[in-house]
Order: sequence, then structure tokens, then C-alpha cells
Amino acid sequence: MIYMDYALMFAMACFGLGLLANLWRIARGPDNPDRILALDTMVINVIALLVLYGVQRGTEIYYEAAMLVAMVGFVSTVAYSRFILRGDIIE
Amino acid sequence: MALWVDILISAFLVIGGVFGIVGSFGLVKLQDQMQRLHAPTKATTLGVGGVLIASMLYFGLVQNSLSFHELLITLFLFLTAPITANFIAKAILAKSLKPEDLPDSGRPHGWSVYDDPPKTDAQDLDGGMPGIEDEGRGG
Repeated sequence: MIYMDYALMFAMACFGLGLLANLWRIARGPDNPDRILALDTMVINVIALLVLYGVQRGTEIYYEAAMLVAMVGFVSTVAYSRFILRGDIIE
Repeated sequence: MALWVDILISAFLVIGGVFGIVGSFGLVKLQDQMQRLHAPTKATTLGVGGVLIASMLYFGLVQNSLSFHELLITLFLFLTAPITANFIAKAILAKSLKPEDLPDSGRPHGWSVYDDPPKTDAQDLDGGMPGIEDEGRGG
């Protein structure tokens, strides 16, 4: 565990900064598709952070959480895009 | 923990983190909407893949409890990333761009977001349903 603690810190910092960048794009994004894209990227970054936190704690519980976040994120992104495309989610 | 295991896991963690920050930075930096679509859907997914490989190595080699949940998450992400990218691209086409901004589709019909799909042979045949009924009677 000589290098792994530092590598974990580095990876967590990277994905945390990525979350900040996505937040900036959500606040600024010139149009709604940009915001959907930023939200999708945010979901992916949160999955990575959950997995990293599970490695740091040494438990496998967080995989379930990461899997759930992945599924919900995919469905919500498709629903948002569908709403913009057709004005309705389920026709 | 052996030193090579430590270095291997650290390498995957660092690679994943670098890909993640590159993807999110590209979302901020790139100019055009369609260009912006490239960075998160590819680089960030690859970064998450690196992190998941690192966690699989950690739980398999260090804690001796090898599991394939991580591969499940990786597979799910790699399957859904192109689908979300396609949907977001369609949303950009419908919301932010006009048909004049796009190059020609190179086909007899235009882009499917703006134009109706071309008629197929099945739609040209009027009264398809009675045909099915006839088949049912004949059988």
C-alpha cells in the first residue's frame, strides 16, 4: 500500500475536478442538450467515485450502489433526450 | 501486498483518473456542441473502465475475494455509452441545429431527425392486415 493510497487520492481528485467541470457546463451550457450531456458525464464520474470509495474502504457494498446509479443514469439520459426529441417520453 | 501488485493497481488508478479528467475537461474546453459530444462519451467511459479494472485487481489480489461485479458495470457502461451519445446527438440535431447547417446525407432521403423515413415495400402494400387474415384461414 505504498503507492496505492496516493494513486487513490489522485484518481479521486481527478474525478472530483471532473464533477466541478460538469457543474460549470450545466450552469453555463448554451442549450439543453449540453446540460443533458453534462448530467450524463456527472453520472459516470459519480460511478467512478463510488467505486474508488469502495476500494478505499475495502468493502464491496458500493458496487451495488454503482450499478444502480449506472442504470438510473442511462434511463434518465434517454428519457431527457426523448423529451427534447419528441416532446413526450412515452407515446 | 507485493510491490508489483501495488504498482499495477496504482498504474490503472492513475490511467483511469487521467482519462476521467481529460473527458470532463474536454466537456468544458471544446467549442462546438458536436465536438463536445466526443470527450465525455469516450474518454470518461474509458477512465471508469480503468478504475473498475483497478478495483477488480485490488479485491482479487489483495483481499482474495475475486468477483465479476466490476466487469458487469464495465459491460453495462460500454454498452450504454454509444446509445446515450446517439440520443444526445439526435437531441442536438432537433434542438440546436438546422437542416442547412448539416452536410448532405449522401442518400436519396435526408437526415432522419428532420425528414420522414422513406416508404418501404411493406408500407406500400395496402391492406396488409386482410392478407394476414387470409393466411390464417388457409392454415
